[in-house]
Amino acid sequence: MGGWDRFVETFFNAKVMAKYLPDILSGMVVTIELALLIVVTGLAAGLALALLRSLGIRPLNWLIIFIVDLFRSLPPLVIIVLMYFGLPYAGPSPSGFVSTWLSLALVLMAFSEEIFWAGITSIHHGQWEASRSTGLSYGQTLFNVILPQAFRLTIPPLTNRTIAITKGTALGTVVAVTEILGQASSAVSNSYNPSPLMMGAAAYIVLFFPVVVAARWIETKFAWKR
Amino acid sequence: MIQTFFNPEIIVAAWPIVMSGLWNTILLSLIVVPLGLLGGLILALLASIRHPLVRWPLMAWVDFFRAFPPLVLLVLLFAGLPFAGLELGGFACVAIAFFLNTGSYYGEIFRAGIDSVPAGQVEAARSTGLSRMQAMRYVVLPQAVRNVLPDLLSNTLEVVKLTSLGSVVAVPELLYEARQAQSVTYNPTPIVMAAVIYFLILWPLVRLLSRLENRALAGRR
Amino acid sequence: MVQKHIVEARGIHKHFGPLHVLKGVDLQVDERELVFVIGPSGSGKSTLLRCLNRLEEPSSGSVVVDGIDMLDPRTDINHARQRIGMVFQSFNLYPHMTALGNVTLALRKVAGKSRAEADALARKALERVGLADRADHTPGQLSGGQQQRVAIARSIALEPRVMLFDEPTSALDPELVGSVLEVMRSLRETGMTMIVVSHEMGFARNAADRVVFMDDGLIVEQGPPAAIFENPTHERTRAFIGQIQRH
Repeated sequence: MGGWDRFVETFFNAKVMAKYLPDILSGMVVTIELALLIVVTGLAAGLALALLRSLGIRPLNWLIIFIVDLFRSLPPLVIIVLMYFGLPYAGPSPSGFVSTWLSLALVLMAFSEEIFWAGITSIHHGQWEASRSTGLSYGQTLFNVILPQAFRLTIPPLTNRTIAITKGTALGTVVAVTEILGQASSAVSNSYNPSPLMMGAAAYIVLFFPVVVAARWIETKFAWKR
Repeated sequence: MIQTFFNPEIIVAAWPIVMSGLWNTILLSLIVVPLGLLGGLILALLASIRHPLVRWPLMAWVDFFRAFPPLVLLVLLFAGLPFAGLELGGFACVAIAFFLNTGSYYGEIFRAGIDSVPAGQVEAARSTGLSRMQAMRYVVLPQAVRNVLPDLLSNTLEVVKLTSLGSVVAVPELLYEARQAQSVTYNPTPIVMAAVIYFLILWPLVRLLSRLENRALAGRR
Repeated sequence: MVQKHIVEARGIHKHFGPLHVLKGVDLQVDERELVFVIGPSGSGKSTLLRCLNRLEEPSSGSVVVDGIDMLDPRTDINHARQRIGMVFQSFNLYPHMTALGNVTLALRKVAGKSRAEADALARKALERVGLADRADHTPGQLSGGQQQRVAIARSIALEPRVMLFDEPTSALDPELVGSVLEVMRSLRETGMTMIVVSHEMGFARNAADRVVFMDDGLIVEQGPPAAIFENPTHERTRAFIGQIQRH
């Protein structure tokens, strides 16, 4: 058996791959669920914080800025570990899935709040004045005039950040979430063969590569002219 | 509550081990950040050759690593390579994974920076007799770096945070040591200590970035 | 019988921190009157205008427009602002909407018109400013003069009782100024009450009923254009007019 054959036999072993394919597929389902939950809740919470911040209530804004800074400073893995291994000492014992979801949603909330807020503040003051002078209320101006323009500005940084954070679902493996990497790792130790890991890697590429390419396209489409 | 999460006795007991973890995190950052920057610079310089045969594979390379979770890359190197007879150890695996992963991110940033310098700058430099490399080195890169400084800093922040992945492959950095201390003491205080240390070290950088980013987005209006 | 003014501002003061920008300004404007406000930059002209629709909160004083006390906290300010159109130096069109979208927004959200009604009214307003054929263009596709005319349409579509113009032509290239002044002139012919802050002295001379000269936060002098331009009584007015005419 030549070197190449041995390599293929080791890293792309057909028998092992066939055996563990269902595990990897179920891992993909968990990864997708986790990713969607993180994106939806994280972005919604980030937008909500940015809107709260636009009300301009001083002490509230300090609190928002502190929370945002906190979750931008801490490594996501530290937050996950703290939630999973630390919180039970205080009572609640979130599962690995919930710990990963909440941690990454909080991180995405922090980053997206910052981006949404920058978008809102970057809209020229004249837009507020023109809209208010025709009788639109604060809320109507925010939703009809300011946010549509702000969203356009925020889309490129937001997509990049969202992808980077969503990839962090792999961190769930540290707290026993049965997502792709978790499934692949246990399959490797059970079969004593690295093929499942290669399948896992392929699964991530299948899931995230199209998203990255789409993000590149969005970036050029929404690039601000001038 | 304080006895559980900020237990003074455990803080004292865990102090040396957590500090040695912090030291390793700093050391690790000092290695992987320059490594990532180097990787990024190589990618960006290659990208400045605007030939389709260079450009497309390069873009695919960068997008591949943007799509690939760094932890998966790390585990692949750490748990996969030994099957090919290569045992690199956690530290080397982290270094290689970061070179590939963060290099791609730094590369995108450098490329955007180089693109942001008007073509007239190169023409002016070449007209005075500078070579292509000299024009790049003395005229384009300094402006490019200045233009994308916030993005470079922001990515560096992410890289430093990412060193916590080393804990998964037994590199004795801050998070790893904190978890060791936690499993010995049956108390979460060491992990809280690690979190507080990360926060204290990285908070000033986050503050600075938040200012720079606000300004950058406002300027794009 | 005391004449009823449509705009009645009394004793307006405005402070910006340590700056005292308006130092007790009284301004009364009759229905169908075109009042032109001139004065050196920093004299408080724009601030006065913005106090009339409360984009700027006066520090003290009273503002009554069309019988509505603008400074009364019980006044529905958004409803009141429908009756006071405003045109800005920098147009402030919404860049993410078409010309038609710019005009219909307040019609639908504030005046409560249906989409069909709002569209019809907006098209009529765009026709009045000569831009019926540009309804589907975005601001980025329009020239500065066209943008400002859309901004005027955005205001007049709400059928305001008063129109405020804050340096409407200052941001325009010289060759585009005429089209905007043309629209303002036709608006005047319909009997619209207008208060205009501008440096277009030619327009002031032949279209204004009254010229108000402001300096240092106060109204120094006012009267018919001929009187102000030919025979100013105050030294400061004379200096300002002289300076402008030298250019």
